Amino acid sequence: MSAEPLLSVQDLRVGFATEGGLLQAVDGVNFELRAGEVVAIVGESGSGKSVTAQTIIGLTRSKNTRIEGSVKLAGEELIEADDATLRRLRGEEIGMVFQDPMTSFNPVYRIGAQIVEAIRAHQGEVGKEEARRRVIDLFESVGIPEAERRVDAYPHEFSGGMRQRAMIAMALALEPEVLIADEPTTALDVTIQAQILRLLEDLNRQRGLATILITHDLGVVAEIADRVLVMYAGKVVEQGTLDEIFYDPQHPYTWGLLGSLTRIDRPRPHRLPQIAGSPPSLTDLPQGCPFRPRCPHEFSKCTEYPGLEARLPEAPGHCDRCWLTPEEKRAKRLVEGQIGLEAPQEAPRA
Amino acid sequence: MLRFIVRRLAGMVLVLFVVSLLVFLVFNVVPNSPPAQRLAGKNATPVLVKSIEEEWGFDKSLPVQYVTMIKKVFTGELTQYSPRVPVDDRIKEGIPATLSLSIGAGIIWLSFGLLLGYFAAIRAGGWLDRVLTGVAIAGVSIPVLLLAPVLIYFLTYKFEIFPSPGYVGWTEDPWEWFTHLILPWFTLAVLSIGFYSRVLRSNMLDVMNEDYVRTAKAKGLSERRVMTRHVLRNSLIPIITLFGLDFGATIAGTAIITEVLYDIDGIGYYAAEAVSKFELPPIMGITLYGAFFVVFFNTLVDIAYAYLDPRVRLGGTAR
Repeated sequence: MSAEPLLSVQDLRVGFATEGGLLQAVDGVNFELRAGEVVAIVGESGSGKSVTAQTIIGLTRSKNTRIEGSVKLAGEELIEADDATLRRLRGEEIGMVFQDPMTSFNPVYRIGAQIVEAIRAHQGEVGKEEARRRVIDLFESVGIPEAERRVDAYPHEFSGGMRQRAMIAMALALEPEVLIADEPTTALDVTIQAQILRLLEDLNRQRGLATILITHDLGVVAEIADRVLVMYAGKVVEQGTLDEIFYDPQHPYTWGLLGSLTRIDRPRPHRLPQIAGSPPSLTDLPQGCPFRPRCPHEFSKCTEYPGLEARLPEAPGHCDRCWLTPEEKRAKRLVEGQIGLEAPQEAPRA
Repeated sequence: MLRFIVRRLAGMVLVLFVVSLLVFLVFNVVPNSPPAQRLAGKNATPVLVKSIEEEWGFDKSLPVQYVTMIKKVFTGELTQYSPRVPVDDRIKEGIPATLSLSIGAGIIWLSFGLLLGYFAAIRAGGWLDRVLTGVAIAGVSIPVLLLAPVLIYFLTYKFEIFPSPGYVGWTEDPWEWFTHLILPWFTLAVLSIGFYSRVLRSNMLDVMNEDYVRTAKAKGLSERRVMTRHVLRNSLIPIITLFGLDFGATIAGTAIITEVLYDIDGIGYYAAEAVSKFELPPIMGITLYGAFFVVFFNTLVDIAYAYLDPRVRLGGTAR
């Protein structure tokens, strides 16, 4: 790992002007991505993880969007970059894979042609035939069988898993250094999910492709991430290495996420564990910690929101936003011997 | 494809049958003086009326009259009451004028509609969008009945920019043909320009939110390429349907008001004449001719659909 980060996101804030006022979808996200690294951003729907990813390549830009902070790719600032610069970076430096492969290809063009279009938009000197050859090679490298024939197929002629492979092939077409995968496995069957994850893992290892993985599935994170950011209501509530997050989680929300994982190596629970309540509306956040209404460990100090700080002397890179002391946390996060979030007192236990 | 054509032909026969039956029934239900009386003239003797009744078959039962009439449609013997001219001939005479009017107007309304809709969509919310919205609403709101006389009065009689109404055949004098048709073309196109531009604008705004448009942007395509190759291309599919139906209907002679006001003796003009004189044979002939074109263009639209949207496969032979 080199010292210089490939991508550095500093205090990124993204707000959308709505009729109900400014909706702060992303509120102060910081992280760095080095070559060959996989950073996972985890959170529920509406936590701001996808907005963070899309803002990096300027896809959220619009009249009604307020973007602050800094995103630097190899030292170049992207937030202030003009459209032409951004266009060059998209695809060439940063490839993007979207959640739903069913809707992410244009249904009226052949898949091969859509990837050829991406190649030729950046490398006008590449002829159609040569671009097509490259697409066939790409298809083979992402494990699409009969690539020669498949390039000329339409999206509806592909299965979901094949489409996601084609999507990844498209993201890789210009050999970018960074891959942003926005919930790449969410819309797929479990068996296909594993294949796609394996593919992403191989690409990361073989090509040294730095990857930002957006997901709500900690199982996916456990497979391939090096570092993890846990987001809640637009803010990062905890971040650290994979081991830190999985074996020594500091924030009650993370405990809840870990506790709601179903595990094949443990006895089946009576009832699938869940985090009580639902995420707050971004236009009507509670005072202090936004997780407070759902947190069974809430106390007087929680009306004030703590900063994202390292609270463990032995792990300076492991930061969280919770007032509990590390000792309290380690005691409170154990539910029936496992890490989890106990049900709030007032809720009836099933 | 063969199955598709056969199915379509069967559908067309059914449509034409129902249409002809309806026209026939309506004509016989609506209060009306006996046609033989009218054919014979004001001072006709009962004997004359009787002989006319027998000659035209008005004394037969309605089902027999219907069958006779349909037979005549197929043999081309359908004749209008007065003057006694074959309906086929009148329709054939009217086709060049109606085709000239429809094709020109169709080209104008499609191109202007798309142009205005496209710019309104890519500038959605801006001043250009607002201006185009106003233009479109004005276009949709102005009735042809008002627009045509105003245009004729100012541009033809007051400022003498265009020749006075009438139709000059393409083969007689192409330039005269063109200048005589400019006003009718625009008159007929104005409503559709407004309507098409609104439809395209809203289609495009919907398509802009599609995932594949985001993908196109993430590939690093230029804004214009994203708009034309991805947004516009996919927004055109419903427009093609609209155009097929509208164009078919115009060729079918529904531009009655425009043809009458501009004195263009096409199918619509003939239809107006037939209705005002309450003559069944031409009404029947024109309606069947029109229904044929509507169904025909419907079929063309379906074929175009399969080409425009590869997910649609004709004849159930999807791979």
